[in-house]
Amino acid sequence: MQGLSSLRFNLRFALLALILVLLLLPPILNALPAGHPLRISDFVVAVTGKWICYAILALSIDLAWGYAGILSLGHGAFFALGGYAMGMHLMRMIGNRGVYGHPVLPDFMVFLGYKELPWYWLGFEYFPFAMLMALLVPGALAGLVGWLAFRSRITGVYLSIITQAMTYALMLAFFRNDMGFGGNNGFTDFKDLLGVPLNTPSARAGLYLAALGALLITLLISAHVVNSKFGRLLIAIRDAESRVRFLGYDVTAFKLFVFVLSAMMAGLAGALYVPIVGIINPGEFSPGNSIEAVVWVAFGGRGTLIGAILGAFSVNALKTWLTSFAPDLWLLVLGALFIIVTLLLPRGLIGLSWRRRT
Amino acid sequence: MKRLILTLLLVMGLVPMAFAQDDFNTIALRLGGGFGEQAEAVERLGLSGDPRALPMLQALSDGKLTRMPDGALRIGETDALTGAPADATGASALRINNRVRAALRTALGRLQIVSPDPAERLRAVDGILRSRSAQDLPLLDAALARESVARIRDRLLLAQGAARLASDDAALKQAGIESLGASGSEAARAVLLEARAGNAALAEAIDAAVARIDRQLAFRRAGELLFQGLSLGSVLLLAALGLAVTFGVMGVINMAHGEFVMLGAYTTFLVQEALRGTFLGPWSLLCAIPAAFLVAALCGAALERGLIRHLYGRPLETLLMTFGVGMMLQQAVRLLFGAQNREVSSPSWMQGTLLLPGDISVTQNRLWIIVFGVAVLLLVMAAIRYTRFGLEMRAVVQNRRIAATMGIRTGRVDALTFAFGSGIAGMAGVALSQIDNVSPNLGTGYIVDSFMVVVFGGVGSLAGTLIGALTLGVVNKLLEPYAGVVLAKVAVLVGIMLFIQRRPKGLFALKGRAADQ
Repeated sequence: MQGLSSLRFNLRFALLALILVLLLLPPILNALPAGHPLRISDFVVAVTGKWICYAILALSIDLAWGYAGILSLGHGAFFALGGYAMGMHLMRMIGNRGVYGHPVLPDFMVFLGYKELPWYWLGFEYFPFAMLMALLVPGALAGLVGWLAFRSRITGVYLSIITQAMTYALMLAFFRNDMGFGGNNGFTDFKDLLGVPLNTPSARAGLYLAALGALLITLLISAHVVNSKFGRLLIAIRDAESRVRFLGYDVTAFKLFVFVLSAMMAGLAGALYVPIVGIINPGEFSPGNSIEAVVWVAFGGRGTLIGAILGAFSVNALKTWLTSFAPDLWLLVLGALFIIVTLLLPRGLIGLSWRRRT
Repeated sequence: MKRLILTLLLVMGLVPMAFAQDDFNTIALRLGGGFGEQAEAVERLGLSGDPRALPMLQALSDGKLTRMPDGALRIGETDALTGAPADATGASALRINNRVRAALRTALGRLQIVSPDPAERLRAVDGILRSRSAQDLPLLDAALARESVARIRDRLLLAQGAARLASDDAALKQAGIESLGASGSEAARAVLLEARAGNAALAEAIDAAVARIDRQLAFRRAGELLFQGLSLGSVLLLAALGLAVTFGVMGVINMAHGEFVMLGAYTTFLVQEALRGTFLGPWSLLCAIPAAFLVAALCGAALERGLIRHLYGRPLETLLMTFGVGMMLQQAVRLLFGAQNREVSSPSWMQGTLLLPGDISVTQNRLWIIVFGVAVLLLVMAAIRYTRFGLEMRAVVQNRRIAATMGIRTGRVDALTFAFGSGIAGMAGVALSQIDNVSPNLGTGYIVDSFMVVVFGGVGSLAGTLIGALTLGVVNKLLEPYAGVVLAKVAVLVGIMLFIQRRPKGLFALKGRAADQ
């Protein structure tokens, strides 16, 4: 972002501060006594919390797509994997309070006749381990796919299709009962996290603030990455990959780093998302989810970080509002959004404000 | 022992022969005798497998068989032996006792094997097969000589083999093992294994026969698997051919391609409904092919001229935009037709299964889809190679500016090419309507696979698309028995990713100047 004038930078900063302050309001106003005119309902807190997780996901996509030009149509898979890691922890925390009352095995395993926990479930009773896995598993998958793809110079649409195939394959795999991840029902009926029952106001506020904190941290990390020399190189790779290669930079390593970082951010978003919405199932892997997230970024304005956040909030607000009275229309509107964004708003909402100023 | 063989030979070979006109008549006339004689005659007629005996025994059982004072038998006003009209005055009904009744039941059950109704014949054979007795051999031989329905013949051969195995004659047993081993059916295998315990001396021969059946079964399974693979491959080919034109030749990535396939399937449905009851009704599927091509091609042309044209050179944006178009098309169809599946029926000439040599059964509709896939491929190849439009299309792909200076209207060629590719997708929809649910999300299941085919085969190569589609189809089906449907798919995806490591340009990489673009 060399051509960024200080005015625009300040504007973005002000916008960001405004968003963050606004986002602090729901849990505070939720704490007001019931019946107070300014009180915000539990539902709004939960929905806004969900949007914050989406915003982290959008941020991660923007980092890879907006800066390094890696259009991943499989980021939903990293998000879902992070969610599953957290879901596994939450399932273990149910303990013997399940329907079958088994002290160790989750309900679906008892139902499917498991005798003991599969090996890959070991360790998930510890929260730090689960959080680590929520970052490492998506990171490792991104590392593998990215390494295979980038070293053979698979770029552009080819990479998009491969990542889409990846999330599609994972969706099929997670739909299977014998995978040990609950089949098409996934995980639900969570009881508590870190000893706090999930249905209490304090847990809701805590999860919300945790998500908000995570958004802030990921935003700071992303901003740090893109404003460094490394970030300039990413943009150079996006705009002229072979030229950067000829200048002697190891393009594969740069792209791999940013792809893995982005996948880990998506995994974190998923891990925060699951306790807020209280369910995770293989539907989260569906390719449609990933590409919808890409549209949030495109709509907000890619390559700006703040645009991704703005896009995630605005598109999801539109979705929540529209599906409440005309659910049939939503997919038509979303489809139209794809067309509008690519044909009329190539720089997104953020670009709109820029154009007016310059 | 020798006497035994002699008797058996008599029973086996001579009895049917011995049932010439005279013997049949002699035995039949005994039905008019005393209860003991009657019962014996019933039993012998039952074993004879002679279709003439059936009405007679049925009449006896129903109390409608009558006896003239001179001993001739009548059924109503006809002669029981010849079936010719005859005088029946003074005939008295034949009475039967419980022993005869029991013999009649058995005999009638056996004689169903010569009944004119195939279903009854099949039931009779199954009854005889269950009894596994050497006594039934002459009956089975006689029935086999007459049977023309392949399915019942197979069943008869099985029963014959089982009956032979149950006899006491070693040579006959050997023949039974031999014929069962040659049949190559699961049922014969079960019969052989069952007989193995009681025939220690023949264990070796039986094992050999079982091994032979196993080989045949394995061959058949492999053949059917190969067919399923080719069938899936042809479906992928149909879905991918349009992409090979729009993505492979033009370089436009169209995520709405699957929706064009879906539009083709819905057009098939509409054509079927429109032609229902008219003389074209049975041929609605054929009429749907050009209709689906036109509908999808028009939508394609509109998409290219209206939207895609503005995004040339920006593949990622094209991808997103066309995805949105696909989403809207899907939702629009869902709102128009409802989310439930629409019924597209198969014409009669596409139904049923076909037995290939080696007993490999193939379903007709899948066979036709393979034929259709090949036909469409040839059509596309011919269109690109031999028509004016194909020539202009190749010229524009090779060098747009020079093509334009030569007077080719490149914009028009772009639109036509995209319409052509979309139209092929529509034709694929006609084929898919026969084997898949016609629902709004019909296309989504094929889009990723189709892109894999095009990338695997080599972008811009129709031969690569063919080989890629067939390879993916066959490999997928070969892996399925071992890994399951899902893991097979995952394995194929991973395999393609690894393959692209070695050959980034696919199986059939473009050579020369075209490769630089």
